[in-house]
Amino acid sequence: MSFGSYLAGNWQDLLKLTVQHLLLVLVSVAIATVIGVALGVLTYQTAAPRAFVLAVTGIFLTIPSFALFGLLIAPLGLGYTPAVFALVMYALLPIVRNTITGLREVDSAVTESARAIGMGRWRRLAQVEVPLAWPVIITGIRVATLLDVGIAAIAAYVGGPGLGHDIFDGLDRIGFPVAFNLALSGTLGVIVIAIVLDIFFMFLGRFTTPRGIRG
Amino acid sequence: MADVSSHASTSPGEAMIRLDNLEKHYPGQARPAVATLSMEIPEGEIVILVGPSGCGKTTTLKMINRIIEPSGGRIFLQGEDVTTTNADELRRRIGYVIQQVGLFPHQTVAANVGVVPKMLGWDKRRIANRVDELLELVGLEPGRYRDRYPKELSGGQNQRVGVARALGADPPVMLMDEPFGAIDPINRARLQNEFLRLQEEIKKTIVFVTHDIDEAIKMGDRIAILSEESRIAQFDTPSNILANPADDFVENFLGAGPSVKRLTLSQVGEIELNSWPTVQAGVSGEAIGEAFRRCDDDFLLVLDGQHRPKGWLARADSGRVQSTDNPLPILSPVTSQSTLFDALNIILQSYSTAAVVVGEDGAYRGTLDLERLRALIHVEQEAQLPTAAADQQDARHRS
Ligand SMILES: Nc1ncnc2c1ncn2[C@@H]1O[C@H](COP(=O)(O)OP(=O)(O)OP(=O)(O)O)[C@@H](O)[C@H]1O
Ligand SMILES: [Mg+2]
Repeated sequence: MSFGSYLAGNWQDLLKLTVQHLLLVLVSVAIATVIGVALGVLTYQTAAPRAFVLAVTGIFLTIPSFALFGLLIAPLGLGYTPAVFALVMYALLPIVRNTITGLREVDSAVTESARAIGMGRWRRLAQVEVPLAWPVIITGIRVATLLDVGIAAIAAYVGGPGLGHDIFDGLDRIGFPVAFNLALSGTLGVIVIAIVLDIFFMFLGRFTTPRGIRG
Repeated sequence: MADVSSHASTSPGEAMIRLDNLEKHYPGQARPAVATLSMEIPEGEIVILVGPSGCGKTTTLKMINRIIEPSGGRIFLQGEDVTTTNADELRRRIGYVIQQVGLFPHQTVAANVGVVPKMLGWDKRRIANRVDELLELVGLEPGRYRDRYPKELSGGQNQRVGVARALGADPPVMLMDEPFGAIDPINRARLQNEFLRLQEEIKKTIVFVTHDIDEAIKMGDRIAILSEESRIAQFDTPSNILANPADDFVENFLGAGPSVKRLTLSQVGEIELNSWPTVQAGVSGEAIGEAFRRCDDDFLLVLDGQHRPKGWLARADSGRVQSTDNPLPILSPVTSQSTLFDALNIILQSYSTAAVVVGEDGAYRGTLDLERLRALIHVEQEAQLPTAAADQQDARHRS
């Protein structure tokens, strides 16, 4: 069966998996953004906690994905939960690191003025520091998203949703003609999602960056 | 939240700011940045902290609004001990202007200027009115600049917005750390003049840091000359300091030419101007020749139809017919806010021997020449040194 006729016959399944994949990534990145930005905000000012958070999230990223998914089966079982958990872990480093970098790069004259005007700690963060660090933070989120789009394919290994199912099915059937079609359609789906999300983030970054600091 | 202006005002005779044995030791530093500093800053005055680099001016200034928390001593604002009160509330009563300006780059000029009123919970209309009023005050046309971002303004314009932001909720006190330090000399003089004019209107109590003694003399009602560790070497009015430096340190710091420096103390507007022979632009060569014959000066000042100075016309060899078409340029005219020091500078650069003084409308008011400045310096010196002058007179009488 040619790849074209395979697609024609299976597009509904493929679309369903693609949507699942996309949602899995978006949910994971959303959670990672909340945790990562919070960690960045809490640690960027003091050297030791900052180094600690970066080291730990850095280690997460070096764990091979198969191993991590496998390790998560024991505490979290199969399915959606371990998939999201792992993807959040992988997405943390780029987000935390860029949050810290972005906040530390804010001009000290600006933060000092904010202080001198009588802005309290949280108002300063919300109204001055985070908006100014935002272009750097959103770049971190974008990188984390692309990373997760690829790794999410492995989530099928622990019974998670997404295009990994097609890819793993294909790998299971090596030698049969359908194997190639399955693996290729899964892979193409992943690539399409990556491109779409990348473009989405480019626009999001542009529209959420205040006009006064747009390049 | 209450308005800043509703805070108790200073009772008569009370200093607006009082620093009582203020100290700052930075951790890990052997010597204190500020040893023990006590001083009183009277209401409505500009007090300048001036001293060599690293002597602790910035540290001292930042302890007043507790951007830097003192290691010891007390700070009183309007008689109230604010050493340990809520720092954010204290800071809303104190405007703050720094060399790097530190405007919020992601907010418009209007949002920057309105930031303190907004924090104080003013309604939108009142904030908008206040913003326009402040922009006018610092010489920025609201309609034109309100919606711009800081990156769309020049350095000098940004600094004006910085001053407007500091004035946001009409705080009684302003702290300024080398506010004009990053501005080129010509614009700096303009901003200084504008600021002095502004101060006549707003009458704030201002603590102003600079390391430039000329700026200190020009801007200050009172100057504190600081040495290492923010020790006060002398705290007095500029003219007293120039006349009687307390010690060698102060004398050295004042540098050469105290009589020239005294020129910074007076503005052109305060003295009577000379008049200079003028001709109307466009008159005939004969009329020019006639004008030159009637005066001893080597230059005529050419005025245009609106009475604005156009340039200098130099006396030519007899017999040559002149026209007013291409006079020598004036370079830069002086206004009534310029200091006599600015005027001297311009005289020295001028093609003629005088600086041309113009009004706000650019119309010719008069001139100021070297002789006039020399005479002023002598008069002031005699006024400052009555005994010395009297001694000289005695000596002359006796001889
Ligand atoms: N955060 C800091 N930590 C440690 N030492 C500091 C700190 N800030 C300033 N100092 C030291 O305190 C002293 C006074 O510094 P300060 O900035 O008040 O000087 P200044 O008079 O404003 O100098 P300048 O004219 O160069 O601005 C200097 O010796 C400086 O090195
Ligand atoms: Mg300084």
